[in-house]
Amino acid sequence: MGAPNPWFSWSYVQANRADIVEAFTQHVGLTVEAVLIATIVSLPLALIAFRHPRWSGLVIGTSGVLYTIPSLALFAVLYPVLRDRRTTVLVGLVVYALLVLVRNILVGLRGVDPAVTDAARGLGQSPRRILFTVQLPNAVPAIVVGLRLATVSTVALVTIGVVVGYGGLGQLMYRGFTSLYRAEIVTATVLTLAIAFVADLLLWLGGRLATPWARGRR
Amino acid sequence: MSGDNVLQQALIWLNDPLNWQGPHGVPALTVEHLGMSGAAVLLAAAVALPVGVWQGHRKRGGTLVVFASNTSRALPTLALLFIFATTGLGFGNKPTVVAAALFAIPPILSHAFTGVREVDPAVRDAAGGMGMSSGRVLRAVELPLAVPLVAAGLRTAAVQVVATIPLAALVGGGGLGTIIVTGFATQQYGQVVAGGFIVAVVCLAVEGVLALVQRAVTPAPLRVAAAVGR
Repeated sequence: MGAPNPWFSWSYVQANRADIVEAFTQHVGLTVEAVLIATIVSLPLALIAFRHPRWSGLVIGTSGVLYTIPSLALFAVLYPVLRDRRTTVLVGLVVYALLVLVRNILVGLRGVDPAVTDAARGLGQSPRRILFTVQLPNAVPAIVVGLRLATVSTVALVTIGVVVGYGGLGQLMYRGFTSLYRAEIVTATVLTLAIAFVADLLLWLGGRLATPWARGRR
Repeated sequence: MSGDNVLQQALIWLNDPLNWQGPHGVPALTVEHLGMSGAAVLLAAAVALPVGVWQGHRKRGGTLVVFASNTSRALPTLALLFIFATTGLGFGNKPTVVAAALFAIPPILSHAFTGVREVDPAVRDAAGGMGMSSGRVLRAVELPLAVPLVAAGLRTAAVQVVATIPLAALVGGGGLGTIIVTGFATQQYGQVVAGGFIVAVVCLAVEGVLALVQRAVTPAPLRVAAAVGR
C-alpha cells in the first residue's frame, strides 16, 4: 500500500465533516453523561463504605470483580437484555467509571490526616459535619485524580461501543478499518486522544480552582 | 424477544455439547486465548522489566513512566488494532498480541520502576557500606525487595491482557472473543450472552490464580507490602 492510502488527508476531513462532527458529538456526549452519572452514584456509595467499614470490604470487593470483566463481555451481556444501543454503552461506561471513582474517593477520605479530623472533633463538630466540612474537602485532590482517571479511561472505552454499533469516534475507526482507509482511522484516533487530553486538562484546572489551599504544596 | 428468552438461549448454548468440541469449541478457544495472552505478557515483560528495573536503579526516567501510562490510558486499543491492520502486521492474532503487549508495558514498567526505586535508602546504603558494587546492590538487595511490586505489576498486566485479547475477534483473529462477535454478527444473542459469561469467568479465574501465584512468590516478611502495592 503506497501513496493512495495516506495517514492523513485534509480532503477526507472536509468531505466527511458531517459524519466526523456527529461521531465526535456522540463521543463527547457519552463521556460527559457517563462520568456525571458515575460521580453522582459513586459519592453516596463511597460515603456509605467510609462510614460503615463493614460495607467497605463488600464495595471494594464487588468493584474489583466487576472491573476484571472486559468491556466487550459486559456490552455482550447488557445489549440483549437492554435492547438499546445507546443505553447499553452508557450503562457499561457508567459501571467502569463508577468502580474507579468509588475506590479513589474512598482512598481520599481515608488519607485525610487524622490530626485534622481530631482537631475538628475537639472543636465539638458532629461526625456528619466533620465528614462534609473537613474530610470531604480534604479528599478533593484524590477525588479529582479519580475523576481524571475515570474520564480518560471512559473516552478510550467508548470506542468498544462499535460491537453494538454505537461507539462514537470508534464507528469512524471501524469504517476506516473495513475499507482499510488509514486517514479515517487516524483522524478518529487523534480526535479521541484530543478529547481525553482536553478533558484531563479541564479537570486538572477545575481541581486546582477547587483546592486553593493545596496550590502552594505542589 | 424478552430478556428471559435470551438467558434461556444462553443456557441452551452453554449446554450444547457441540459448542465444547472441535477447533472452535470453548476449550480450544480458551487455550488459544490463554496462549495469546501469555505471548503478549512475555513480550511486554521482556521490554518493560529491564527498562523499569534499570531506570529504578538509577532513580531516573520517572517522566517516561508517567508518560507511557498516561498515553496508554487515553489511546483506544481498537484504534491501535485498526491501524495495525493497514500496515505490514495485518489482521488476526499477531497484531492483537502486539497491541495487547504494548498496553501491558506501562503497568509492568511503572511497578518495576517504583519497586526498585522505593527500596529503603538505608538498606541500599548499608549494602554499599559493606562494599557491594552498584550491580551487586541491584541484584542482591534491590531486586529481591522489589519482588512484591514487580509481581503485582505482572499480575495487573496479565489480567488486563486477558481482557484485551477478546478484541482480536473484531480484526479477524481467534480466542474467546469470537463467540461474542460471531453472535452479534448472526444476531444470536443467546450466544452473545454465553460468550460474555465465558470471557468474564476466564478473566476472573486468571485473576484468582495469579493472586495466589503472587502470594506464593512473595517472601513471607514482605506479604503485607504486597497487599498494599496491589
